[in-house]
Amino acid sequence: MKIAVCAKYVPEATAARRIDPSTKRLDRSGEGALNPFDANAVEEALKLKDAAGEAEVVIVSVGPAKALEAMRRALAMGADRVVLVSDEAAAGSDLVATSRILAAALEREGADLVLFGQQANDGDGAVLWAAVADRLQRPLISQVAELEHADGKVRGKRQTEFGYDVIEAPLPAVIAVSDAINVPRYPALKGIMGAKKKPQETLSLADLGVPAEEAGEAGSRTTVRALNEPPARGDTQKIEDDGSAAETIVAFLQERKAL
Amino acid sequence: MRFLVFLEHHEGRLQNDSLGVLGKAASLGDAEAVLLGTEVEGLAADAGRFGAQRVHVMDDVLLDKPLPQPRVDALETLLGEGAFDAVLFAASVLSADVAAGLAARLDAGLNYDLTDLAVEDGELVGKRPALGDSIYVDVGWSADPRLALFRSGTFEPAESGGKAEVQKLESRLQDFSLAATMVEQAHEESEGPSIEDADVIVAGGRGLGGPEGFAAVEELAKALGGAVAATRAVVDAGWYPYSAQVGQTGKTVSPKLYVAVGISGAIQHKVGMQSSSLIVAINKDPNAPIFEYADLGVVGDLNEILPKLTELVRARRAA
Amino acid sequence: MRPSDYPPPFDPNEFVVAPGEAEIEVGVLIVGAGPAGLACAIRLGQLLEGAPELADRLGDVPVAVLEKGRQPGSHLLSGAVVNPRSLRRLFDGRFRTGELPFYGRVEHESVYFLTPQRSLRIPTPPTMKNGGNYVASLAQLGRWLAERAEEGGATVLPETSGEALLVGDGRVRGVRTGDRGRGRDGQELGNFEPGSEVHARVTVLAEGTQGHLTGVALDRFGLQGENPQVWALGVKEVWKVGRPLDRVIHTLGWPLRAARKYREFGGSFVYPMGDDMLTVGMVVGLDYRDVELSVHGLLQELKTHPLLQELLLGGERVAWGAKTIPEGGFLSLPKRLHAPGLLICGDGAGLVNVPALKGIHYAVESGLLAAEAAFSALQRGETPGRRGALAGYDRALEESFVWKDLKLVRNMRPAFGRGLWLGGALAGAMTATRGAFPPGDSNTEPDADQELIRTDRAKSYPVADGKLTFDKLSSVFLSGNATRDDAPDHIRVQREVPQEIAELWTRMCPAAVYEVAENGVDVTPSNCVQCGAISAKGGRLTPPEGGAGPDYKVT
Repeated sequence: MKIAVCAKYVPEATAARRIDPSTKRLDRSGEGALNPFDANAVEEALKLKDAAGEAEVVIVSVGPAKALEAMRRALAMGADRVVLVSDEAAAGSDLVATSRILAAALEREGADLVLFGQQANDGDGAVLWAAVADRLQRPLISQVAELEHADGKVRGKRQTEFGYDVIEAPLPAVIAVSDAINVPRYPALKGIMGAKKKPQETLSLADLGVPAEEAGEAGSRTTVRALNEPPARGDTQKIEDDGSAAETIVAFLQERKAL
Repeated sequence: MRFLVFLEHHEGRLQNDSLGVLGKAASLGDAEAVLLGTEVEGLAADAGRFGAQRVHVMDDVLLDKPLPQPRVDALETLLGEGAFDAVLFAASVLSADVAAGLAARLDAGLNYDLTDLAVEDGELVGKRPALGDSIYVDVGWSADPRLALFRSGTFEPAESGGKAEVQKLESRLQDFSLAATMVEQAHEESEGPSIEDADVIVAGGRGLGGPEGFAAVEELAKALGGAVAATRAVVDAGWYPYSAQVGQTGKTVSPKLYVAVGISGAIQHKVGMQSSSLIVAINKDPNAPIFEYADLGVVGDLNEILPKLTELVRARRAA
Repeated sequence: MRPSDYPPPFDPNEFVVAPGEAEIEVGVLIVGAGPAGLACAIRLGQLLEGAPELADRLGDVPVAVLEKGRQPGSHLLSGAVVNPRSLRRLFDGRFRTGELPFYGRVEHESVYFLTPQRSLRIPTPPTMKNGGNYVASLAQLGRWLAERAEEGGATVLPETSGEALLVGDGRVRGVRTGDRGRGRDGQELGNFEPGSEVHARVTVLAEGTQGHLTGVALDRFGLQGENPQVWALGVKEVWKVGRPLDRVIHTLGWPLRAARKYREFGGSFVYPMGDDMLTVGMVVGLDYRDVELSVHGLLQELKTHPLLQELLLGGERVAWGAKTIPEGGFLSLPKRLHAPGLLICGDGAGLVNVPALKGIHYAVESGLLAAEAAFSALQRGETPGRRGALAGYDRALEESFVWKDLKLVRNMRPAFGRGLWLGGALAGAMTATRGAFPPGDSNTEPDADQELIRTDRAKSYPVADGKLTFDKLSSVFLSGNATRDDAPDHIRVQREVPQEIAELWTRMCPAAVYEVAENGVDVTPSNCVQCGAISAKGGRLTPPEGGAGPDYKVT
């Protein structure tokens, strides 16, 4: 069985993140790491591998060359291989362009199962899997908090606004896991030491047969127009309780349509 | 501008979030809606009242379950005629997957997590927060149709009392779209809403004085129909379970209403709830950091305020 | 009342274990990816390049470096003004000074004596002159050195703590790394990952201040010197500023009190970091006596001084951190810095020149010398585990400038135990006579032995305004600390202590780990930035699981 895990390289340290005023996008020039939510997907893949006894877990990522080092964490956890699509023409890709590139890389791998994490913590979206599933023409189960695999099928339990659903799909399929699904393992020391030796492949867009016009800003269909200060939260009010605080709160909630 | 709004429904009722988006669309241009499912035609009238001029209905047993992929096929057919400038969705577990799948299918731009939409110089512009809501970005599209996914609860529905024309939609659904099947649907969990999904959260901190303090917090949460959350400090002290912890090392929540009781509001807590639409704080320390970002801050004794507040809320809701 | 009346529940023997099955075998194991450890790794790489046969014999991993932080640099913090001589020697001309990760040469420097409103320029004491030195961020330097070490063939293992020393037959055989994934009560959680036994021919401890295994080793091998080690606590911030600072600044005096009874030895520093950043820090000896003293509080107070306000005008705080500095100097050095199979380097050994405020180049030099000693001991016909096999390290250190420098200034810090004025005068006399006068050697007293007093010091700490002055919790957040809340408590302190002790710790800790509770003290270990202050004042810090703690970037 081959399981592909789509992982993203995201800028580190939330405290230090900045938007680059010249590109109006997140400044990705600093250091980065494996998107923490993708660790859940890696962990789920490794669990499936442990249960199956034998499987190949491949990490697929689209990002800058330095992403390779961050992906090593997944290798240290136990993944077998990394495939990184790194191409200058891919920078600035939106959902449409990224899903196209990722789908091309995944087609090349021909995995039985494609896993995604809950979201990228750099605010760049929590819907990539649906776009990729459509391009690959595979069934999709998203927000999975419990995953079972048997007899060529997968079953995912997920939380929705109305309760929980259980959805079944035959392999090959695309699954997006929620962060409630597992607690990612710590890499064992041996794993960390062995990570560098595992195969790490870097591909260009040409290797995938994706023309440069279909990637990056050229291949995107959305734009960033301007950056603004957030709208004022509105005046913050502070009152002292003189016995009528409860009434004041209720009036406030009603006025703001929260009650 | 011609908008198509994806309307969601559950157990025979149209969902408020998507009705809100419909109203917004109607305010910006010509709004039409699409209803996909089984036995949904009856809802078309409601769609009209909330702003739709026309409702496209596909009533098919294959659309009975709220699964995204067959809906992408149906929308592709509807949009094939090229009549719409934009397709709008209110975010939900279902609609996010539909919107993204549709974006890939049509090679169309999808902007998500939007909190507002406007027409500026004849162009459609979306507004969305970024970097933990510390900055706002104006986003646009470079192709037709423009797909937009709005943060849940962004727009309140507004009845305009109109009537909608109903148009039947027929579409072939692809094999791979029908491969995923619903085995169990919408089972309620025995506990109330998880804090991540709750619209209302009442959170307790050290000011409660002890685990018994949570009894009043739970009462208020019940009265408001919300969930209970806790700060790291009280979870550490064993007053409430870790599953309720909100903050840097707990959960991140963004409910419509967050009532912080006896919480000082240090940044480790703030980062877990700062995107709440409305924050009300009750604390006896006037210098508590939470007062810097609470929409309504009340300096007072929570032991006196909470019971009264709970009673008043119950009364209002019963009325 | 003294903190030492309430010693921590800590027995170093807990952390010495007999070696079992080797899970991982390496040639030389270095604990700590700081300047000492990485210099050692780099030098070893150079030496092994010219000795392929030995490199082969050392196996797949000839040199491994354990780092308990998330990455090299995460737990590194210093001023810092660095003397580049040892780095130059280490790289032997491979890098021009301009290519080393420094912010700039020190062109001007000023020393001020502060009063609450004024700053009086005083002549720079000769021990503090910084001509030819460079300003650096130690965290950044650490990251850069780690890359060089890996290029040289070393394996750097982040998020890995050294928890216990493996000792068999009287010699050090390696280290057992810490467990990960334990719960608050020590139970194994779902993702529990046990530590591994890493066996090595030579183990080098380069853990920095309050090194955990270093303390264990000094005890196990009876290496403690005559004088106990003493420490200072430094709390610093990095600011983005509109106008570049053109000089290195040190201050004495306010907000510290000069009278002998307070024992408040220290001062502040302000260093430029390029054109748009600067760092400001407060350093105070942990032998202070006032229960209400808070170094973090003093730093915030310092920033309200007109001199500082001018420098920080319109700026924005971008980093914060805290760390202790060993201040005993020559007099507190261990008897020996080696044992069978073991070498000790850097701040962990106490190689800091307090009057000059320098330690980084000594760390680098000691790491370099340790590498050479280890290399020698690994040659055919020698075993590093033999008694005396590594004695060459001590000899080399004693013949180096490190020893000469430290010996020269050995009595200066203790002199300040006599108060700022007398201490200053004595220090001046020592400098003028190059250590000859006053004669003899002073003694150090453990910081925790100081009798506590109480003043109303706390009332002058400014209320945090979020722009110039900041509270502890938001500072801990800024340090990048996101330690698991349900991790086991890594701090050893007695819980039922008198209010005074609880308050002492509460104010002392820059990260708000301690709180005065009804019957003693409450501890929130997940706030801990592992500065080590508690170990000097009645408690004991042990390493939490790897990856925990701050994630310093520019400190």
